[in-house]
Amino acid sequence: MSETDTTETTRSALALYATRLSEARWVVIAAIVSILFVAAFSTVSWLYVAISLVGVVTAAAAVPRRSRMRRRREARAHAMLGPLERLSAERLAAAVPDPLILFDQTGRIVHVNQPAQAAFGSTSPGVDVQLRFRSPEMQELVRALLSGNDRPAGVDYAERLPVERHYRVSASSVGAGSGLYVLVFKDQSELRRVDRMRADFIANASHELRTPLASISGFIETLRGPARDDPGARDRFLEIMNNQTARMARLIDDLLSLSRLEMKSFVNPEERVDICLLVGGVIDSLNQLAKDAGVEIVRAIPSEPIEVPGSRDELIQVFENLLENACKYGQSGGRVEIAVERSDNDPKSGVDVTVRDFGPGIPDEHIPRVTERFYRVDVEESRTQKGTGLGLAIVKHILSRHNARLTIRSKVGEGAAFTVHLPGP
Amino acid sequence: MHIVSAYDEDLKFLAGRVAAMGGMAERMIENSISALVHNDAPMAQKVIAADEQLDAAQREIDERALAVIARRQPLADDLREIIGSIRISSDLERVGDLGKNIAKRAISVAMSRQPVKLFRGLQSLSELASAQLKDVLDVYASREVSRLGSVRDRDYEIDAVYTSLFRELLTYMMEDPRNITSCTHLLFCAKNIERMGDHATNIAETIYYVVTAEQLPAERPKQDRSHDVTVEVDD
Repeated sequence: MSETDTTETTRSALALYATRLSEARWVVIAAIVSILFVAAFSTVSWLYVAISLVGVVTAAAAVPRRSRMRRRREARAHAMLGPLERLSAERLAAAVPDPLILFDQTGRIVHVNQPAQAAFGSTSPGVDVQLRFRSPEMQELVRALLSGNDRPAGVDYAERLPVERHYRVSASSVGAGSGLYVLVFKDQSELRRVDRMRADFIANASHELRTPLASISGFIETLRGPARDDPGARDRFLEIMNNQTARMARLIDDLLSLSRLEMKSFVNPEERVDICLLVGGVIDSLNQLAKDAGVEIVRAIPSEPIEVPGSRDELIQVFENLLENACKYGQSGGRVEIAVERSDNDPKSGVDVTVRDFGPGIPDEHIPRVTERFYRVDVEESRTQKGTGLGLAIVKHILSRHNARLTIRSKVGEGAAFTVHLPGP
Repeated sequence: MHIVSAYDEDLKFLAGRVAAMGGMAERMIENSISALVHNDAPMAQKVIAADEQLDAAQREIDERALAVIARRQPLADDLREIIGSIRISSDLERVGDLGKNIAKRAISVAMSRQPVKLFRGLQSLSELASAQLKDVLDVYASREVSRLGSVRDRDYEIDAVYTSLFRELLTYMMEDPRNITSCTHLLFCAKNIERMGDHATNIAETIYYVVTAEQLPAERPKQDRSHDVTVEVDD
């Protein structure tokens, strides 16, 4: 045991000498050449020459390269370096919760942290930063930075798709000499959205509430005037007014839930939802409504669970709206089918949920537009069915938050099929 | 990488200018529609003024591209890249013209207000068109041509919405002849937006060609059925 230890020590010592020798080889060679040169032209004995040669080589191998003082200074500096200086830039970037993009002097992206990857998608290293962020302000910002302005003022940057987001972008160069620049995106969507939502809400609400309000005030006038002493007309008018106020209440509910949805900041849902269980629950909750409408719900749902990422409450609202629509507008068909199936056989793939009714169907020209706010295929029909014109707008909004798609197929007279394609995990 | 680094600079300059043009064109679509919907004349003027910059950028790209071809005699990838930048910039310039046209019409439409409903249709059409352009230009940056698949689908969607809007506007005009002036303007705006979508699709084809040296598979379903939309007058 101790013998191997000794050999180990000898070997490492030999290695150390060899390194020192090879590091000092040019100086040693120069020394040897000059000694030989002097020896050649003088009458010194060759013994002395040999001794001095050996001396030079030994000194080169034995004397440490760096002086003790320098070694001590370096050790002290390293101790003082602390954890901060030893940290890699990549780790630091990963710890920043805001999107952060590092790029070099040529404008090529060097590093993208996780939040930036999530927010901007196709921004892998190597992509030119000016090609990805094209708004005139961003172009100006990057140009100013690359042309040596160390700290240009921040700019606002908006990304409208897939979900509207606003950022305040600040830019600066990272340290001297590294030749790297950094863009940090501060998400301000929440603020902006609250502002805009308020304006939108008022615009929508005032527009859509005006009709029922006008009719109510008309009836009040009639009740006060010509119909004052007519009990039959009074009852009828009160009934209509009751319906109109109920409609206004529904409208306000829907508007509120839409603006709540739009207000919530966009987060990739991390929750996992068993879509079969969820759809089953929705069917159970709407059974009564279907019975009242005289519609039978036929389900084709696999027994084993299919999980997808998504927000439970929002997805419940999607399928409630779709199923409710099918029961209301497809009433004449007497049957609504709901089917859940995987898009592919692969267990990682997404899932398709189809709600099919056998009612009058939707004419071709309306299909691309039914998800617009307040768009109604048939205004009268929508009124009698107590529709607000917002149901499918809500569905579309929720689905775009889930990166999901809605396809609508319909033939007039044969009913309509709404298919939700939810992406897999 | 080329031995002459100025050559790289040239190519980088072209790509950068094309992207900057893309940014301006995207902004013009957005602002022109916003001017139309919110009845905002100053915004419309801004859009009209911005078109000049886009034209200047296109001329600059043309000249630089010609100079590069003359001086470096590019081959293969580089040649495709340069021709691509000329074609994309001319498509973007057209998008800018269409945006400018919408802004001009916005000023006339502002004279007589139309039902909000009409503007909602135009708005959702323009959202589709800008989504199309953004996706395509993002691919120009990232070169991930596999993402171009959805471009065709969206083109189809744009055409379908356009046809539906066309029908709706006709109905409005028939309801009341006083609507004809502004509805005609809106009809042209819708057509302009639909054309923007087509230009975006063209750009997608160019990018595909630049990156792969092959044409984007040629099936191109034509869904704009507005040519055979008629609305019957019932007496």
